[in-house]
Amino acid sequence: MSATGGPRSASTYPSLPFTERMATVEFRVHDRAHIVVDAAVCRDCSVRGCVVACPANLFVPTADGGIVFNYEQCFECGTCYLACDREGAITWSYPEGGHGVVFRHT
Amino acid sequence: MTAPTTTTGPGGDVTGPHLTDADVVVVGGGPAGSCAALVAARAGLRVVLLERGPFPGSKNMYGGVVYPRILDQLIPQWWTQAPVQRWITRRSTMLLTDTQAMSVDFRSQAWAAAPHNGATAVRPEWDRWLAEEAAAAGAQVVCSTTVTGLLRDGHRIVGVRTDRPDGDLTARVVVACDGVNSFLAKQAGLYEHADAAHYTVGVKETLALPKATIDERFNVRDRDGVDIEILGGTGGVNGGAFLYTNLESVSVGVVLKVPKLAAQQRRPEEIIAALKAHPAITPLVDGGELVEYSAHLIPEAGLAMMPKVVADGMVVAGDAAALCLAAGIWLEGVNFAMASGMYAGESVVEAVRAGDVSETGLAGYRRRLADSFVLRDHRKLRRAPSLVLSDRVQHRYPPMIANTIERMFRVDNPAPKPGLRRILAEERKRAGVRVRDLARDAWDAMRTFG
Repeated sequence: MSATGGPRSASTYPSLPFTERMATVEFRVHDRAHIVVDAAVCRDCSVRGCVVACPANLFVPTADGGIVFNYEQCFECGTCYLACDREGAITWSYPEGGHGVVFRHT
Repeated sequence: MTAPTTTTGPGGDVTGPHLTDADVVVVGGGPAGSCAALVAARAGLRVVLLERGPFPGSKNMYGGVVYPRILDQLIPQWWTQAPVQRWITRRSTMLLTDTQAMSVDFRSQAWAAAPHNGATAVRPEWDRWLAEEAAAAGAQVVCSTTVTGLLRDGHRIVGVRTDRPDGDLTARVVVACDGVNSFLAKQAGLYEHADAAHYTVGVKETLALPKATIDERFNVRDRDGVDIEILGGTGGVNGGAFLYTNLESVSVGVVLKVPKLAAQQRRPEEIIAALKAHPAITPLVDGGELVEYSAHLIPEAGLAMMPKVVADGMVVAGDAAALCLAAGIWLEGVNFAMASGMYAGESVVEAVRAGDVSETGLAGYRRRLADSFVLRDHRKLRRAPSLVLSDRVQHRYPPMIANTIERMFRVDNPAPKPGLRRILAEERKRAGVRVRDLARDAWDAMRTFG
């Protein structure tokens, strides 16, 4: 059903790895990141609402106390910049025309 | 779709009203943008509709139900051609606690017949269909083009900048239908500030199931469909949940208040997993194959967050103007988008013909919104969003109600039946609800929904 991934069974969901969940969604990835996260600002943030709130789970805390952000599988929803209370941590824009998420069954 | 090369223009140096690339540039090929473009193109204006996705609807996601009657005015007998999954003939309002469920279930076969009431539809199909209607009316639909900002001449908005080479596009009026994040409305200074508390994030799974299985589980036939709105089931995060039947899939998901989601530890997909594991939900979705996972923001606060919708040379419609009705038992958005787009189109036509596209010349838009259901529903239900998402409605009333009903129906022989008033009083205390708060919320609900 999906362009990039196969169907998954809901009854087996609890063991469905997140990567397979995201593989049900089509992304046309541009080489420019449309969202940039300033790890220096994130370093002294203890709240980190982005990590739990991003539906695509793109904010990953690192061992050294920073945040790594992966833009490739972004829903372009805007939850992260709303959840973030640190000025300048997240620079947010839309991907280039024709790129980014392509919904099919929404 | 038309070749994009024709959209490049002379830049922002506008010296007269006839030197623009278009009369109207509509930004965003969702339901608001397509209805605005349709109306303006039918009136003979030169209309360009810009969509940043590869096709209209490709960036759009919602719960799953559209109420299309406003289209009677634009596309007569729209139901004969609209890409509908199922017509809603059953509406359930469900209250969930961890172990209990209570439903108010209504069905009307009248809704199975034209002109129907609600319908499930998927946005990549619905939005593409509406954009094709706009194109058929003469609007030039240009996809894969992201608008990066407004062109201005002094305080006037005179066009948009796109991400295409030489991609400035001048117009007499810009119609901003660029969705819930509307960077154009923000750039024009129409939003005072974005308050995270005004937004929810909708997260859903589209689960494939055979049509016969859906028909059997949801007790429907043919193209009849079911809309289940759920209070509770959101893992303690303020919001709500939903379950809708498409033709050969179901949409199950949650709507979560952003600051509340960010302040706890469970991720959205874990909250959906718990919802699907609820004994009242599992039998409906079990075995469904995940065909797509998706998310989108919702402007949830109604009038409290609504921006100014008119500027010199620009009007704002749809989610970009926060025209989404999140009033508990009424959850509507696409109809508000289509209507506001239609009224925006009419007002732009009026302004261009009168030769005045200033804020004053475009004021007919605000008037049309005010005179129609768009603002009248929002005014009537202005207290609803905060009431529905309040901590008492979200966390205290569901167990209070469910426990009361459980004890009412529990046959505890040899104990005799207790009186309902006593049960309710005990459960109210157990839920930590004060009488005066209950009275105030009941009064609020009466004023809101009465």
